[in-house]
Amino acid sequence: MIEFNNVSKIYKNDFVAVEDISLKIEAGEFLFIVGKSGAGKSTLIKLLLKEINPTEGTIRYKELDVTKIKKRNVAEYRRRIGFVFQDYRLLPKLTVYENIAFAMEMICCSSKNIRREIPIVLSMVGLSDKAKYYPDELSGGEQQRVSIARAIINKPETIIADEPTGNLDIETSAEIMKIFNEINKRGTTVIMATHDRELINRCNRRVVELKSGRIIKDIKVGGCEDEPKED
Amino acid sequence: MNLKKTKYIFKQAFKNLWRNRVMGLASIGSIAAVLIILGFILLIVLNINNVALVTKETFDQIAVYVEEGIDESQIAQMGKDFGELEGVLAVGFETKEYALNKMKEDWGEDSYLLDGLRKNPLPNTFIVQLKDVSYADDVTEKLKAFDGVEEVSFYEDAVNTLIVIADFVKKLGVWLILILLLISVFIISNTIKITVLNRRKEIELMQYIGATNGYVRGPFIIEGIVLGVIGSFLAISILIFGFNYFSTLLSGRYIALLSGLASYIISVNLILKDLIIIFLTIGIGIGILGSLISLKKFLSV
Ligand SMILES: Nc1ncnc2c1ncn2[C@@H]1O[C@H](COP(=O)(O)OP(=O)(O)OP(=O)(O)O)[C@@H](O)[C@H]1O
Ligand SMILES: [Mg+2]
Repeated sequence: MIEFNNVSKIYKNDFVAVEDISLKIEAGEFLFIVGKSGAGKSTLIKLLLKEINPTEGTIRYKELDVTKIKKRNVAEYRRRIGFVFQDYRLLPKLTVYENIAFAMEMICCSSKNIRREIPIVLSMVGLSDKAKYYPDELSGGEQQRVSIARAIINKPETIIADEPTGNLDIETSAEIMKIFNEINKRGTTVIMATHDRELINRCNRRVVELKSGRIIKDIKVGGCEDEPKED
Repeated sequence: MNLKKTKYIFKQAFKNLWRNRVMGLASIGSIAAVLIILGFILLIVLNINNVALVTKETFDQIAVYVEEGIDESQIAQMGKDFGELEGVLAVGFETKEYALNKMKEDWGEDSYLLDGLRKNPLPNTFIVQLKDVSYADDVTEKLKAFDGVEEVSFYEDAVNTLIVIADFVKKLGVWLILILLLISVFIISNTIKITVLNRRKEIELMQYIGATNGYVRGPFIIEGIVLGVIGSFLAISILIFGFNYFSTLLSGRYIALLSGLASYIISVNLILKDLIIIFLTIGIGIGILGSLISLKKFLSV
């Protein structure tokens, strides 16, 4: 479904952030991108989101050649992908409910639709009782849940998260991971960059490791269902 | 473009305007300044052209002012001689008394000012009607050579001067307006830039979500348009107010002296509709251009 073909990105200062990456991601997969700080994880994600263009190589997303998408069609393309930020990026003056509604309003959706859908995602991320809270009244983990709810509200085919647990403690991170697993189980492709080894050990999936912009490992192991402890 | 989207875009636009009102006022001021100067130049050029045009109609007449102390028989002889010059169609005569009465009539209420005159200062005047304007130079030369002729006045020079002045004002105006346009586009784009930066987080988020361009750009474009419209109306109000203020000021004491001119003057009220259309077009144009420039720079959309 997603295909990187010999992709390189050289930044303006001649820094080679990713080099000759070839990577195939199937629909419904759960993919971790790991690697040290500076390895090129975010760069890879930015390439996929068409925030930046590769210096060389092509990127396919289903029927689209991402590198050839015209500026005016980028918005349309991004609607197919939900994005979760490390720093949540909630609008501070909007409540939880309004933050999610905002994402719907920007794209489509009658008020009726919005009223129907929001409670469903809120319960999915376990925030049904916090709809009227403002972001600064929530913990980091809760804010990240809102951000996830916002990313999935428009039912994207793919969810991309760049270190979604980077600011959270281990316990909270595990809870957030559970939500991502849930989302993946419903058929959504999930791509997540992280350097939190702990998460991957808990929840083995396909893991692509980058080092200095190159793929040095691409392994696939069992799923979370096999996880020994907790539920 | 549905109602909800429209509502959102306008709400954001006005929110932005309010939050960034100081720069907004500067933008409105700069747009208004451009337009006022444009209006001013338009009025001047139009009026000079109009005066030139009206004057042109009396083009084929030459006024010959007769010296003081020439008696009636001499005057009769002069009239006859003038009539025989080549290119002259007819010769009319206005006595100095007639000229004074006419002036009194023109001055209307203020004519009492003329009553104080001990002596009629106006000359006896021949009006020499030409067969064709092309004889003007020849005839003027010959008329000047006659004894008893104090002055020969032909309007061509005046008309040409007016046309040259109008041209000059036009050219100068075009440059002045171009420069001012650039300045106001710059000011507006800076205003919008500040709004864009104020809302960068939100806009970035919108871009990640994949919000349609209308949602992202709409509020800024509306912001630019609103600034343009307010600037335009401000300019129109100031022009009307200014024009009428000076008209009333002039029509007080001095209008009598200008009464000849007054009938030529194109009032701002006469071209109001055109002015509004021109101003709104330019004002809105500046607004949109300013928005687009900062969006291009800061949003890469
Ligand atoms: N816009 C840019 N211009 C120049 N160099 C850049 C730019 N963005 C990133 N880089 C460089 O590219 C390299 C890879 O950056 P990237 O953000 O992809 O790393 P990362 O793997 O996400 O790291 P982290 O785990 O710290 O987020 C880094 O060394 C960074 O300095
Ligand atoms: Mg990163």
